[in-house]
Amino acid sequence: MHLAYPAVLSALLFCTGLYGVLARRNAILVLMSVELMLNAVNLNLVAFDVWLSRTAEETLHSGQALTLFTIAIAAAEIGIGLAIVLAVHRNRGTADIDKLRDSAERHGPDGDHDGTDHDALTAEQSDEAEKAEATA
Amino acid sequence: MSLAAATHGFLSPTGVEIAFLLVGLVTFGAAIVTVTTRQLVHAALWLVVTLGGLAVEYLLLTAEFIAWVQVLIYVGSVVVLLLFGLMLTRAPIGRSPDADSGNRWAALTVAVAAAAALVWVVVDAFRATWIDLDGPAAGSTEATGASLFQNWVLPFEALSVLLLAALVGAIVLSRKAKAEAATASGSTPSGSTPAGSTPVTRSEKEGTR
Repeated sequence: MHLAYPAVLSALLFCTGLYGVLARRNAILVLMSVELMLNAVNLNLVAFDVWLSRTAEETLHSGQALTLFTIAIAAAEIGIGLAIVLAVHRNRGTADIDKLRDSAERHGPDGDHDGTDHDALTAEQSDEAEKAEATA
Repeated sequence: MSLAAATHGFLSPTGVEIAFLLVGLVTFGAAIVTVTTRQLVHAALWLVVTLGGLAVEYLLLTAEFIAWVQVLIYVGSVVVLLLFGLMLTRAPIGRSPDADSGNRWAALTVAVAAAAALVWVVVDAFRATWIDLDGPAAGSTEATGASLFQNWVLPFEALSVLLLAALVGAIVLSRKAKAEAATASGSTPSGSTPAGSTPVTRSEKEGTR
């Protein structure tokens, strides 16, 4: 099999997930797009592992081991992410990441003495998406 | 192997390549629908198609163990978790007009630019590279297990610690909101675990296993 097939499919899936992360508003849809990106990386790892295990006679199978680790970490990530989203939904009544603008609200009232509030975003995944959108 | 690779051509794809291409088209189309549909539950169900298609691609790449792990963990539990999350955040069943945010065109520009750059670089780099799929499977359960437990034991054990930490973290995140609600309503914060967050935590536990 030509190596370009899985590599191109992986690149396209990754960019689809990238679009989803940037364009979606619901936090759970953002998590789905993150899963798409992780799966694209997994496909790349498996394809290159199969290629290298024959061509370079590499016996570590590092690509497949890393794929298993990525799958496990993705499962942990989706658990934690959904717990965060559910906690946010329970506290705020919404799961839309556009409405979670605590940092923006904070730099509205006391924005005069606190000019660098753009960098003071909290570690929430919604703010990561907002930051990605801001850089886009 | 190099002799066999030299006889390949772009215009004579093998059966495996045709199957990979067709399943890849289905997978990519399902991924597109996943990120563009306005019905939230349909997005999760199209994600099942995407992940199942990726499992078939793993099988075509002779990585059977990864394929079944993909089916078990992603299709089996991650999508169920996402559906639970959609249900618990009271996602609307029909079309939701605000599924996409306002800067969709900026996101589309970024994604298309990244796709064009990545595809160009990848095709240019691996134009003359072929995967040899004959012989014993490179990703059979025996090969994967042997390499995993011979060379990757320490990361494997570290991963179990990470899963434990994620499990405890998910429970703590679920309980903390409840304790705050309990203090808001005037009762003691160290109350018992509520019934509302229990199925989520339990299914998360299944997802991390």
